[in-house]
Amino acid sequence: MKLLEPGTLVDGFVIGECIHSGGMAHIYSVTYENAAVSTGFPMVMKIPRMTAGDGAENIISFEVEHQLMQVLTGPHVPRFVAAGDLDRLPYLVMEHVPGKTLNHWLSEPGKPVEPVSMEELARLGAAVAQALHSLHKQNACHLDLKPANVLIRPDGTAVLLDFGLSCHAHYPDLLAEELRKAVGSPAWIAPEQIVGVRGDPRSDLFALGVMLYELATGELPFGNPQTPAGMRQRLWMDPPPPRKARPDMSEWMQEVILRCLEPEAVNRFPSAAHLAFELGNPAQILVTARGKRTAGTGFWEHFKRWIRASGLEYKPSPLPVQQIEQVPIIMVAVPHHDVSDATLYSLREAVARSLGIRPGARLVCVTVISSSQTSSTESEKSETRVHRWHLSRLQQWAQPLDLSQHQTSFHVLESGDVAQALLAYAEGNQVSMIIMGAATHGLQMQRFLATVPIKVAMEASCTVILVKQSLPFEHLAAVAA
Amino acid sequence: MSDVHANIQALDACLAHARENGAEQFAFLGDLVGYGGSPNEVLARVMQLAAEGAFVVAGNHDHMALRPPATTERIGESTAKWTHDQLTPAHRDFLDSLPLTRQVESCLLVHASADAPERWRYVDDERSAAASLEAACTQPDIRYVFGGHVHHQALYYKGAGRGLMAFKPTAGVPIPTPAHRQWIATVGSVGQPRDGKPLAMYAIFDTTHPKLTFHRVAYDHMTAATAIRQAGLPDYFAHRLEEGR
Repeated sequence: MKLLEPGTLVDGFVIGECIHSGGMAHIYSVTYENAAVSTGFPMVMKIPRMTAGDGAENIISFEVEHQLMQVLTGPHVPRFVAAGDLDRLPYLVMEHVPGKTLNHWLSEPGKPVEPVSMEELARLGAAVAQALHSLHKQNACHLDLKPANVLIRPDGTAVLLDFGLSCHAHYPDLLAEELRKAVGSPAWIAPEQIVGVRGDPRSDLFALGVMLYELATGELPFGNPQTPAGMRQRLWMDPPPPRKARPDMSEWMQEVILRCLEPEAVNRFPSAAHLAFELGNPAQILVTARGKRTAGTGFWEHFKRWIRASGLEYKPSPLPVQQIEQVPIIMVAVPHHDVSDATLYSLREAVARSLGIRPGARLVCVTVISSSQTSSTESEKSETRVHRWHLSRLQQWAQPLDLSQHQTSFHVLESGDVAQALLAYAEGNQVSMIIMGAATHGLQMQRFLATVPIKVAMEASCTVILVKQSLPFEHLAAVAA
Repeated sequence: MSDVHANIQALDACLAHARENGAEQFAFLGDLVGYGGSPNEVLARVMQLAAEGAFVVAGNHDHMALRPPATTERIGESTAKWTHDQLTPAHRDFLDSLPLTRQVESCLLVHASADAPERWRYVDDERSAAASLEAACTQPDIRYVFGGHVHHQALYYKGAGRGLMAFKPTAGVPIPTPAHRQWIATVGSVGQPRDGKPLAMYAIFDTTHPKLTFHRVAYDHMTAATAIRQAGLPDYFAHRLEEGR
């Protein structure tokens, strides 16, 4: 297909320079012909290669992207501007997002780069996981994540690109077929995609695991296979533990990466929000043998799994939204002063009930202390000491809960504004539900200003449960006796 | 709209909903009567719309009401005789005049399957949908087949493979249906939903920017059920509307 000359007019857009000429499409920077019109951000136009020599899958994947770009929203996808009619003049105009794709952090022959530091790796992983969660909440799965399709903005947040192989539960999946076939990029594709299952959000977590592995070691965990048999290897094979190549990698980071790469989706993180949470709170990650390994898996173990994998069947997955709603992150705000035993008891009961109906939920116990409680000069009030005291208090509070089925972590936040601290923490960690006392956090002020629970309930973007205190009579009787 | 089944409350709710959502042209895909308690009201409404340009094709229950079976084997047939006795000669003439299929630009309207429409075959899986679509597309320019008969909403389309794929739509979400593909949809039942939700079903097709939106509409199903009981029809049909089963 011939390139368009700069200055060409397409449906009211002026073509600028061609900034990318890929196998599937050309991407041009564009401006409006009418200078009075502006979106307020730079734009690009994507025009698919559609001449006779370009395959039919090109056209279908452009059709898929055409469908999805018009409905996806939020800061983690390029903003949609306009679309040309598929029959007449197929094109997409969208925001030109500034930033660098993950390829920037990878070396190529002739382009050596500094290995990514472990802190940066955790930051990049968390940013991509946040972006993925935003996509999954919209009922869509990307299904073609690779370094070239993930852009990191200058502020560190991630933007997902190229939705040509994606699928959205609200629209017919044009790439599906009755004889299931692998659709995706061989190096990053998840095992269930290889057998033709499309639409599991956890497939994207697998691809993220491959990218993290690649960023850390410079190697692809399963190589870049070109045959179906080569691609099937990931159904049974463990990649060499990344700590072998990167001795400076902590056990928790390997734990996270290898959990993403689990062949069966159910053994990976239940949602991208859980993964983002772990990367943001590494101190409380439970490291298993997976994280500690430094030697590769032996032949006999692989052989056993190869046998098992040959009989493995993958079931179609439930809708992304349904799936991630089943594994929410639940945050409980536990007050540490002006609080009665009855309130603490009721709060715990409410948490137990909420967890009871959500087996995969993660529990985050938070308490907010004011900055004046810690001091950098007095050793009695040193930050670690005060934090440790509050952490152990939180752990004692949670002790009666049955948390065997739930990942749990404890956090002390320091802030002068309790409501803001809780809101910001919930927002930043994709919390689905906040549980707090209805009359805690500054009860004596209730008559004069909106209390913390009211403020949180009104401003939070997730569900808030306000718990009223009630002490059970059995408990009182036991105390009296 | 399909399978109104003499339910005037559901029909009026869907008509109002469709007009609010910009519908400019109506099509009725058969089974205007049968089961429900308001055949005359429904026919009066639909005949008025037909006079204004609405498209109407016949369904098996419309035929059954014209020539009710002497003995009823199935409970579904038991309302045909009653319906027959309610209809005025003008209503019967209207039902008798209805074609089995109707082509409107690139759309084929049919109650059941376009593959032998008079045999009332169900389009309820990929294979039956493919048979209907294939038969419809022997006529030039057909890209869309809209039908009813099965009382549920589904869209069948060509995926990456050779056969058709089934898709369960989400109510209220416009689905792009570009004309370079072929599509076949069952639009559900206005007057007798059977999926446990007492919500009427219909669909709007945007012909300018090809988009198909399936809708579910709340209606006064208690009054519709009362009409059935007052007509002395089997309570089963009234109860069914209350539960949407």
